[in-house]
Amino acid sequence: MDELLKVVGLKKYFPIYGGILSRPKAYVRALDGVSFSIRRGETFGLVGESGCGKTTTGRVILRLIEPTSGEAFFEGRNLFSLNRSDMRKVRREIQMVFQDPFGSLNPRMTLGEIISEPLEIFGEGNRTQRREAVRELLRVVGLQPTDIDRFPHELSGGQRQRVGIARALVLRPKLVICDEPVSALDVSIQSQILNLLGELQQRFGLTYMFIAHGLNVIKHVSNRVGVMYLGKLVETAPVDELFAEPRHPYTEALLSAIPIPDPRKRLNRIVLEGDVPSPVKPPSGCRFHTRCPFARQLCKESEPEMVEIGPDRAVACHFPL
Amino acid sequence: MGNAEVRKEEVSLQRLLEVRGLKTYFFTSSGVRPAVDGVTFHINSGETLAIVGESGCGKSVTSLSIMRLVPVPPGRYMGGEILFNGEDLLKKSEAEMQAIRGNEIAMIYQEPMTSLNPVFTVGWQIAEALQLHQNVKPKEALEKAKHMLELVGVPDPQRRVHEYPHQLSGGMRQRVMIAMALACSPRLLIADEPTTALDVTVQAQILELLKRLKEELGMAIMLITHDLGVVGEMADRVVVMYAGRVVEEAGVCDLFEQPLHPYTEGLLTCIPRIDRPRGKLCVIRGTVANLAELPRGCRFHPRCAHAREICTREEPSLAERNGRRVACHFPLGEQDSTKKVV
Repeated sequence: MDELLKVVGLKKYFPIYGGILSRPKAYVRALDGVSFSIRRGETFGLVGESGCGKTTTGRVILRLIEPTSGEAFFEGRNLFSLNRSDMRKVRREIQMVFQDPFGSLNPRMTLGEIISEPLEIFGEGNRTQRREAVRELLRVVGLQPTDIDRFPHELSGGQRQRVGIARALVLRPKLVICDEPVSALDVSIQSQILNLLGELQQRFGLTYMFIAHGLNVIKHVSNRVGVMYLGKLVETAPVDELFAEPRHPYTEALLSAIPIPDPRKRLNRIVLEGDVPSPVKPPSGCRFHTRCPFARQLCKESEPEMVEIGPDRAVACHFPL
Repeated sequence: MGNAEVRKEEVSLQRLLEVRGLKTYFFTSSGVRPAVDGVTFHINSGETLAIVGESGCGKSVTSLSIMRLVPVPPGRYMGGEILFNGEDLLKKSEAEMQAIRGNEIAMIYQEPMTSLNPVFTVGWQIAEALQLHQNVKPKEALEKAKHMLELVGVPDPQRRVHEYPHQLSGGMRQRVMIAMALACSPRLLIADEPTTALDVTVQAQILELLKRLKEELGMAIMLITHDLGVVGEMADRVVVMYAGRVVEEAGVCDLFEQPLHPYTEGLLTCIPRIDRPRGKLCVIRGTVANLAELPRGCRFHPRCAHAREICTREEPSLAERNGRRVACHFPLGEQDSTKKVV
């Protein structure tokens, strides 16, 4: 399988302004050297706790926020060196589904207007053709074609998320970045949306970058997974290997922290101490060493690099499990 | 007769809280919403009861009703009783309720940031409960506050006690909330989605903490959650709610092993799990019932895969079945053969 997207050394520092002259006095290191690649047709899951930089990764790839440094190659072209109009063309091929189905739809537009807006922007078809395309897509995502003139407030959360998905698919993109698409939904609705995303992937041959904090969701949808901690990738692996045999202590702790809906499986878990440190002043050396049960002197002093430890597996740890 | 008397006494001692036929309705400009509609359950001393359901099923309104914190109007208690230590909380005056709230029954909420007062130090907020309920002097109360922070695992309580909520992380704030709730050693702790806003590693910390404190302090916990993982981890008994009604109640092992209500089964099978192989997820079709236009008959029938004619007509009552309760005309695990024919 060939690489659809390849990200190399991605960094994004957000300045914190202060003082009388409002100069940057510190930086939030939201992303601090992230590299990974996504293959055509697969789902790459990106998982981590809040503040680890997973959402920023998605947004930087689409250049909704500009990166501080790094490169991202989409079908071989470096996205960060494209000019405005070329970037616009690429955005047809990379679309995003957002977390909040309430905040991401314009309440003053009908579903027809919301879903056909991308077509309009790129001057595709005439009005009648666009409406026909929207009706077809509404059916595909499990809504009624007659819903075309309804407004978002008339819909439930799950239905709105279907609209968000339809809007993302209307231009037939190659890559869809799903940023926590089910975290705001009730569990019974989550499963409907997850199944829908799976069906659409097969039908349109989509590639997903799936951002989530829920490891159970990540396990369900992904082929390969990247685990992030404080602006860094700490481990990447095929999904089954990651869950069967985590190599980074953080991955192991994350897996162990998930409550399993089975009272007979109440295990002794690894409970990490403390909270995620601030990305303004990340710890020296390995960023996880302050919470790592296996940390040694070396971990405080030098930062581990991402090292290949097997086919398709890499881990950033001095003492992998 | 004496013996029977004693046994009865024991039973009633065990039951810390008993909710019977509680109805809490909301009267809005667009109609009446029966958020809690005839809910019956009980909590024994020292046990953890989980109340499970999706948004809009009435679990939060149930807990607010027990605390008598439902805003009236638009809310109104339409019937039923809430017996705490044998006394009906719905008949108490506001002053009497204030003596119970935070003292005998305490509550922790989902959003630790919005439920702490940003302009007071956390020490002050913990001490406030002690001064109100236990007649302790301010200095003593602050000492106790430090002790409480230590108990809930806040590092460096000497310093933290003088800090404001914005100086703490989400997990620390939730610990402060728990310290506040537990300051007066309540007999019942109502925890309304206590870990929903937290990251998994912090959630694991808070759940461990609640388990430890429950053992140490011997209190009962009413845990409100939509996360069945948290239920499996914490609960002794489970009440499942749907559209303002209890649809099933059972011990936690029984419930996970053999759910009797199709809604419970749906909830259990629709979540992706890390301990199971992948595949297409089972789905509960449709969306959560709208309280403004409840369906006739069983409230779950439009979403139920096993619904038959009677389900659209008659609402099933909550019936005993081997020490469990279920409100369904055709509970699962029973007439499997007849179901296949249909």
